Amino acid sequence: MIQIVDLYKSFGEKKVLKGLNLDIQKGETVVVIGQSGSGKSVLIKHMIGIVKPDKGEIFIDGTEICCLSEDEFYKLRRRFGMLFQGAALFDSLTVGENVAFGLERYGDYSEDEKQKIVKESLALVGLKDIEELMPYELSGGMKKRVGLARAIAYRPEIILYDEPSTGIDPIRADAINDLIIRMNEEMGVTSVVITHDMVSAYKIADRIAMLYEGRIIEEGTPEEIKGSKNAIVQQFIHGQAEGPIKEW
Amino acid sequence: MSDKANLPPYISFFEQVGEVGILLGRTLRNFFRKPWEGKIFLQQLEEIGVRSLPVVSLTAAFGGLVFGLQTYMGFHRYIGQGSEAYGGPIISLGLTKELIPILVGLMVTGRVGSAMAAEIGTMRITEQVDALFSLGADPNRYLVVPRTMASIIMLPCLTLYGDIIGITGGFVYNAIMGVNRTLYWRNTLMYMEIWDVLTGLFKALVFGLVIAIIGCWQGLNAEGGAEGVGRATTRTVVIASICILILNFFLSRMLPATLG
Repeated sequence: MIQIVDLYKSFGEKKVLKGLNLDIQKGETVVVIGQSGSGKSVLIKHMIGIVKPDKGEIFIDGTEICCLSEDEFYKLRRRFGMLFQGAALFDSLTVGENVAFGLERYGDYSEDEKQKIVKESLALVGLKDIEELMPYELSGGMKKRVGLARAIAYRPEIILYDEPSTGIDPIRADAINDLIIRMNEEMGVTSVVITHDMVSAYKIADRIAMLYEGRIIEEGTPEEIKGSKNAIVQQFIHGQAEGPIKEW
Repeated sequence: MSDKANLPPYISFFEQVGEVGILLGRTLRNFFRKPWEGKIFLQQLEEIGVRSLPVVSLTAAFGGLVFGLQTYMGFHRYIGQGSEAYGGPIISLGLTKELIPILVGLMVTGRVGSAMAAEIGTMRITEQVDALFSLGADPNRYLVVPRTMASIIMLPCLTLYGDIIGITGGFVYNAIMGVNRTLYWRNTLMYMEIWDVLTGLFKALVFGLVIAIIGCWQGLNAEGGAEGVGRATTRTVVIASICILILNFFLSRMLPATLG
């Protein structure tokens, strides 16, 4: 479904991605792990066209996305939902307006339908009766969940999660994991998840890919990753300061 | 970022001019394309127009008063007592063609241009601009177009309002100093042309475009957290103010002095 071929990206002199390759199949959940600043967020922003590659190709269902017209890109983005690392809620809009934002642009819903979907989406992430609140009135964890409700409201086919459990208490984080699994099983959503939380990664992933120095150095099922012979992977998944990864 | 920092200054300058040119072209093209963000446009009309009224009133009133004072002094000193009533057309011409458009442009730059850079810059560094993109809203149509449209509509309106306040201020000073009011107004209406006012309004329209485009450009390119937003805000005020002063000269030079 998503095929990334030989992707390069630099910001100034900092080379973030150096020939990255990754295939994601329809309906699977791929978790990308890696150190902070290793380029995981940059990678998923390439998939939705927010960041343009310096070199390399990204195919969605066989179509190379770099050459799409504005209208074609709009249709493509309709298929994606994205949860941002810091939630990225619009400060000037209420929670309800935030969640309805994608519905207004990607669908033709009546006001009643919109309100119903907003309530349902908020309920899915364990929130209710907060539609009239402004983002600054929410805690960090609530913002994250509203961001998730916004990303799933228009029922996209592919959801990109940038650290979905960061800033959320362990019980809520596990509920988010269950939601990701449910979306995957019941609606056939394809998920790409970035996380440092290995408990979460093992629970939700069909496959885990480790990003290190701009490339995917290992990928496999959670069991395969646990049993990896790669010392870098072992150091990361066990969270050890000592090992081949010296820069942190 | 460091790539830009390593470029020779003249290349960096032309690169930035190019960036502004592309943003301007895209914005003007999107003026005529749906969907229009009507709600944000109305909010911006209020923000740029209605909320600038107090500061424009104050600057135009005192601009008019001081212009009235200097013109009165000039006629009184160099031509003689009784000639001050001939200062009316000079005050009105100077205010409508030059002083009020410049004052309004600079005041709105400080009040609105900086706010645009700060708001959009904050949205940029908190990924809200990326979120717009992912949710099907083109950041240019959602953020830049409504602000630019509102700015080019409200700057001439504020200038026209400032013209009235400024001319009144000039008259009030002269009236207080005992100048013949009937003669003052007769001279003003006789020698002043509608073209003088239109010239100032056209300048204000251009300044409105400059303020919005530079504020949005700086905001969309803000990076580096709160410090970056602060830098974008300062740059907006400096760049837009300089552009307004330079453009004012060239517009004054290019626009015909009268239609006749």
